[in-house]
Amino acid sequence: MFKRSDQDNRPSVQIFVDGAAVAAREGDTVSAALLASGRDVRRATAVSGAPRLPYCMMGVCFDCLVTIDGVGNRQGCLVPVAEGMQIEIQKGKREISR
Amino acid sequence: MNVTPKRDSYDVAVIGAGPAGLAAAATAAEAGLSTLLLDENADPGGQVWRAIASTPLTQRDTLGADYWEGAELVEAARSSGAEIIQRATVWSLDRNLEIAISVAGMSAFVKAGRVILATGALERPFPIPGWTLPGVMTAGAAQTMLKSSGLVPDGRTVIAGQGPLLWLLAAEILRLGGRIDRILDTTERRNYLAALPHAFGFITSPYFLKGLAMMREVRAKVPVVTGVTDLAAAGDGQLASVTYAAGRRRETIPAELLLLHQGVVPNVNLAMAAGIEHRWDDTQLCWSPVLDAYGNTSVPGIAIAGDGAGIGGAQAAVVRGRSAACSAIKAFRPLAKVLDLNAELKRAERGRAFLDRLFRPPQQFRIPKGDTIVCRCEEVTAQDILDAVAIGATGPNQLKAYRRSGMGPCQGRLCGLTVTELMAQARGKSPQEIGYYRLRAPVKPITLAELAAVPTTEADVKAVVRG
Repeated sequence: MFKRSDQDNRPSVQIFVDGAAVAAREGDTVSAALLASGRDVRRATAVSGAPRLPYCMMGVCFDCLVTIDGVGNRQGCLVPVAEGMQIEIQKGKREISR
Repeated sequence: MNVTPKRDSYDVAVIGAGPAGLAAAATAAEAGLSTLLLDENADPGGQVWRAIASTPLTQRDTLGADYWEGAELVEAARSSGAEIIQRATVWSLDRNLEIAISVAGMSAFVKAGRVILATGALERPFPIPGWTLPGVMTAGAAQTMLKSSGLVPDGRTVIAGQGPLLWLLAAEILRLGGRIDRILDTTERRNYLAALPHAFGFITSPYFLKGLAMMREVRAKVPVVTGVTDLAAAGDGQLASVTYAAGRRRETIPAELLLLHQGVVPNVNLAMAAGIEHRWDDTQLCWSPVLDAYGNTSVPGIAIAGDGAGIGGAQAAVVRGRSAACSAIKAFRPLAKVLDLNAELKRAERGRAFLDRLFRPPQQFRIPKGDTIVCRCEEVTAQDILDAVAIGATGPNQLKAYRRSGMGPCQGRLCGLTVTELMAQARGKSPQEIGYYRLRAPVKPITLAELAAVPTTEADVKAVVRG
């Protein structure tokens, strides 16, 4: 869906998406890194289970909700990636344990 | 890198580090007022100058001169003495000018003598069939990814809607070798006539020549369909095609990315939750705060500057930011000499009346029908809302009890305007009469753990503990 510009020579940052290593770039937000990864990163809504991807990328739509380092429902479009960050794609309703 | 505010109270707190917030903070701090500038993003710049200090797109002609102009103001704010905290989410502001700030999962509270809200705009909801499908995003979303991460569309891409941002985004994508298959322009033909009386202001504004050049640049490379009156996205769990109608032509084109845009509207959540009076703006078709000439609101001590005060664009936002700061300086030092910015503001607002009328979004793209989703969070359709009206729902706030619309995590940001206009139409009333959701803190979700960890005084405990 998206490709990186040739002008982009930022250093690489390794994150993990549902356990799989993904190469992001320093300064990417979690949502940008997920969309650039080429992986299927669709979440499923808590209401009906419908698949969604980020819509606004500026912190207002909450369609980028994602679990980051164990904390659920974070806005992926507002959080910059960090080395070793663990991302989990949310599928449906949250579990009570977190 | 995450820091909490250094003090408990400030003369001036500015919320949002876009054009208005940067200008306001720099002006207040340069005058010697203790100034706190809070911003939710990783870097200052707001949306217009997003990632200006960190963008990987360093070839200056890619993002253009208007973008790089922001660097000067970022520098001015940074060297002004204002305390700047990035990645700070303000989740509450009340009439006592107490501000709750979440930084790195911890909340802090500060008091301010004056508050300047510069929370800017968001893109108007564009509720068409299929707009919740993965692969449908806003034009602003694509531009955010372009500026901050150098990402451009490379699959089959359709851009639909209207307004200056749409053309700017298209030009930027093309400059970076990205792909755009089609542009579907939804500008209503009759708008050209409505805008005509305001043409002089526009032609003599900087928007005119820049706009023409940009449209020429894009049209040379991408087929553009004008007069689009119907639009729908379709696919099974993922966008696969876009169907549009223009005149007698009806066509379905394959697409993996659809970028929607029909202008921007004030981001009202924090201001409304602070109790600031807003009125329906019949020209810009949105809620705008009631303000005096300096941006002061109905709540004493709180001013609004920038697009949150009514859409005016980046140039006007800078002037309004300075103007609000000047008013704050006057409040602390009645004898201080401050600039009269009225003439400058008039200049910066030139051309806006024309753009407002030319790019007034068509009714069918503001007020959807049938099973088109209105509230994305709670998955409530237009028909659901009409059904609720039929059994007695009177306005957006009552509708929450019927349908939970506006009660999801976005707190009405992506459905509020649609709900107001839809209910107004169904009930034969004006949007002003129908009203809006009653907004409350926290205006952004925070965890219960974070709330529970907030330091409490003895008085706080006494207020809730019995005996």
